[in-house]
Amino acid sequence: MSTAPDAPSAQDERTPEIGRARLRREDERALTGRTRWTDDMTLPGMLHLSVLRSPVAHASITELDTTEAARAPGVVGVWTGEDLPEQGAMPTAWTVSDDMRTPPYFPLSVGSVKHVGDIVAVVAATSKEAADDALELIDVDYDELPVVVDPMVAKQEGSPLVHPDLGTNVCATWGLDSVTLGTGGDAAAAIREAESDPDQVVVRRTLRQNRVTPAYIEPRSIVVDPTAEQVTMWSATQVPHIVRILMAMTQPIEEHELRVVAPDVGGGFGGKLQFTREEALVLLIARRLRLPCKYTESRSESMQSSHHARDQVQELTLAARRDGTITALDVDLTADMGAYLGILTAGIPLLGGFMFNGIYRIPAYSFHCTDVFTNKTMTDAYRGAGKPEATFGIERMMDELAVELDLDPIEVRRRNWIRPEEFPYATVAGLTYDSGNYDQATDKALAMFGYDELRAEQRRRREAQDPVQLGIGVCTFVELSGLAPSRVLGGLNYGSGGWEHSTIRMLPTGKVEVVAGTTSHGQGHATAFSQIVSDELGIPFEDIVLISGDTASAHKGMDTYGSRSLVVGGMAIVGAARKVVEKARPIAAHMLEASTDDLEFAGGRFSVKGTGSGVTIQEIMISTWLAHDLPDGLEPNLDADCTFDPENFSYPTGTHLAAVEVDTQTGRVTVRDYVCVQDVGVLVNPMIVDGQVHGGLTQGIAQALYEEIQYSDEGQLTSGTLADYLVPAAPDVLRYRTDTTVTEATTNVLGVKAVGETGATAAPPAIVNGVLDALRPLGVTDITMPCTPPKVWTAIDEARRTTEGQVTA
Amino acid sequence: MARITVTVDGMRFTHEVEPRTLLVHYLRETVGRTGTVVGCDSSNCGACTVLVDGESIKSCSVLAVQADGAEIETVEGLAAGDGTLHPVQQAFHEHHGLQCGYCTPGMLMRTVCLVRENPEPTEDEVREGLKGNMCRCTGYQGIVSAVMAYSQAARDEEVGR
Repeated sequence: MSTAPDAPSAQDERTPEIGRARLRREDERALTGRTRWTDDMTLPGMLHLSVLRSPVAHASITELDTTEAARAPGVVGVWTGEDLPEQGAMPTAWTVSDDMRTPPYFPLSVGSVKHVGDIVAVVAATSKEAADDALELIDVDYDELPVVVDPMVAKQEGSPLVHPDLGTNVCATWGLDSVTLGTGGDAAAAIREAESDPDQVVVRRTLRQNRVTPAYIEPRSIVVDPTAEQVTMWSATQVPHIVRILMAMTQPIEEHELRVVAPDVGGGFGGKLQFTREEALVLLIARRLRLPCKYTESRSESMQSSHHARDQVQELTLAARRDGTITALDVDLTADMGAYLGILTAGIPLLGGFMFNGIYRIPAYSFHCTDVFTNKTMTDAYRGAGKPEATFGIERMMDELAVELDLDPIEVRRRNWIRPEEFPYATVAGLTYDSGNYDQATDKALAMFGYDELRAEQRRRREAQDPVQLGIGVCTFVELSGLAPSRVLGGLNYGSGGWEHSTIRMLPTGKVEVVAGTTSHGQGHATAFSQIVSDELGIPFEDIVLISGDTASAHKGMDTYGSRSLVVGGMAIVGAARKVVEKARPIAAHMLEASTDDLEFAGGRFSVKGTGSGVTIQEIMISTWLAHDLPDGLEPNLDADCTFDPENFSYPTGTHLAAVEVDTQTGRVTVRDYVCVQDVGVLVNPMIVDGQVHGGLTQGIAQALYEEIQYSDEGQLTSGTLADYLVPAAPDVLRYRTDTTVTEATTNVLGVKAVGETGATAAPPAIVNGVLDALRPLGVTDITMPCTPPKVWTAIDEARRTTEGQVTA
Repeated sequence: MARITVTVDGMRFTHEVEPRTLLVHYLRETVGRTGTVVGCDSSNCGACTVLVDGESIKSCSVLAVQADGAEIETVEGLAAGDGTLHPVQQAFHEHHGLQCGYCTPGMLMRTVCLVRENPEPTEDEVREGLKGNMCRCTGYQGIVSAVMAYSQAARDEEVGR
């Protein structure tokens, strides 16, 4: 684009914002304690709610007496399920199959409880302490019923039934097959053929995904003010728009009567992607009492009742030729739903079904999933939602195949992955990966890691029978992110669109309000989105502000989950900004007395080609607001909306390498080095990208080594606080070494890919592959996550006994 | 009810409190300083960390009455009156030591105490010194870098004096 030499615009020389590691504008409030978390709020006359939770996993409620509690000091009211006839059933938004069974699920349980933490009553009182005290005066008789906690047991005939009326614990079954899809061959036939072919191998493994929980640090909190014409709910949620519409569709309030605000929200990771019973209860009670009400969960309540995640059993069969080329993959998945269905519960394993093939050319694929009810807290989305589980499955199997064929784990992957020239690539699961270069990222990662040197050290340690063995863990992954194309989601019976919305509001003084339908809970939207708009409009970063997280001011949106904020929400912002430019163009032409065809827009300025005359978009804005001299027929308005529905998902990829040391005498695993090279397309803010990667890696490593929600056989939650559910602290993790390669996304105008879920997706198999790589010479072939010292030690001990037994025999 | 007098960020307060009131709830609900937050009920997360007479403590693990007569420093008292960030706040900002910000008040207060006790910490000492404060967002890398940078800045300031 040419610029008149005699009139260089200062803005033409501006440094692009995209690609710049700009410090975050949202930091100052958090650093000075001037945030507003929901629990910080106090309103005049506000009452406090506490809920009574079931201490048993499965029971009929034979008596529920609230008389004494209702008379306690400070108590305004006590309600049970029977006392709230207006309560609607909690919704699920993803009906994965026509025969899916949806059990009754109300804000307050009626007649029975299905898991520890199930809600049986709610108290409103003048203080939180008074409400908590009154809970102890509620008299409940539980007639305990048989309990089932293991999904493999639950799906068998004759096991205790979580919902006896359904007659089965199977919630739904769902499948994918490359024959039906027309994407490949018959996996079952290919596996049968491989079994009788000496030139092929068949590897079968059963892998478990441990049950974990998002464990955001800010407990969920809700405040409802019913005193104005429009009821306002503040909630520590990732999804204010979804909460509003689901509340209106299921509870006694109309959509236009409710405003939902997500103020500062302390972490999410999918854990706050839910429409919760507590939200419904606070609304119901506040409206009954016509007074503001607040509920804030304790951490123990959070561990019992905010959703858990993962919890799958994967029965995998991989067939390959002896040169390492994969010929078929079959996946039989059993997924634990817990006792109820949240908004996405049944859809999480389904998402994984599209990703078990990973980055590999697999000619035949079949996937079958059984969703099962158990007497545990429901599962739902957690960072990656279905894809970390699938990535774990395929990446563990690639290592098993490498061992079977005595190939290097990198080499076996190389022989199978999609070549750079094959993009866009239609996968056997029916997706189209837009871009990628797996060699590039892997080669870079191997060089950073010092792969060959580490292998040499590993050999030395093995030969020396060092009590501390070294293992190298590999994961090469691809993610399906940016939950979107609405048509695709419709095909999957997902009960929502996947578009995202933005409005750009041009203010008279030339400043800009960007209204976004996504909400931030730590991802730095205000900074990243301002950077994008700054480049699009050529307006200084400081002149832009973000408005989001409030259904009144950001009236349309699908909220923040599944790494969709940038790749879907960001594109809505770009779309709106480009519409603003087009709206400004005829006004600029009028002001410059030129034809619109003669104008070019760069650096925030319209200029007449070949001349020095020009006008900035901020100058156009004030002229538009004055409206004294606009072209005929034009509205005095430069605002623009865009609702963006992408044509495809986003597919970030990368190579992760972990060096782990395993102390064979104690079972302790230490991650010595962790290198990842990821391709997340164009980087808008490299600092924020790094932060997202670090956080995801830590959560992934935590799943591999530390975290597990555990239940006893009686369904008692035995990891109910942060004292026994081990969220890693600073000494438990290391300094990661990260880098990027860039193949631009071809499915959006900025070339960006998603990033938020990548670390959590890739780290678990990288770590577990490393632990097993360290221990294979000792005869250890599997350890389920988390690889805690007792589990690792036991695996070593068992392997040694087996080996000694063989020697003796 | 018990009568207590405390100084919070330089301001003196006298209140009647229930003996069972935890310091964190007293600060948030009675004094109205909501910068200090609650993350758990088992003293594991450290989100509620404040300084009491210069020592970092988890304010969910002491009673308000135990703080009678004490000088309490919270995140709201760190920045200068004109809004200039405290060097610890500046370091967290520059090193991306926060994402959602919920653990940040506790992290900052713990860091002030940690660096006071050990002005020249190694990275391992920083990690060990922060083990009572959980962050779910950052993976600690930005936080550790921030603490190292802050300790350097604090030493430089000493030298400059």
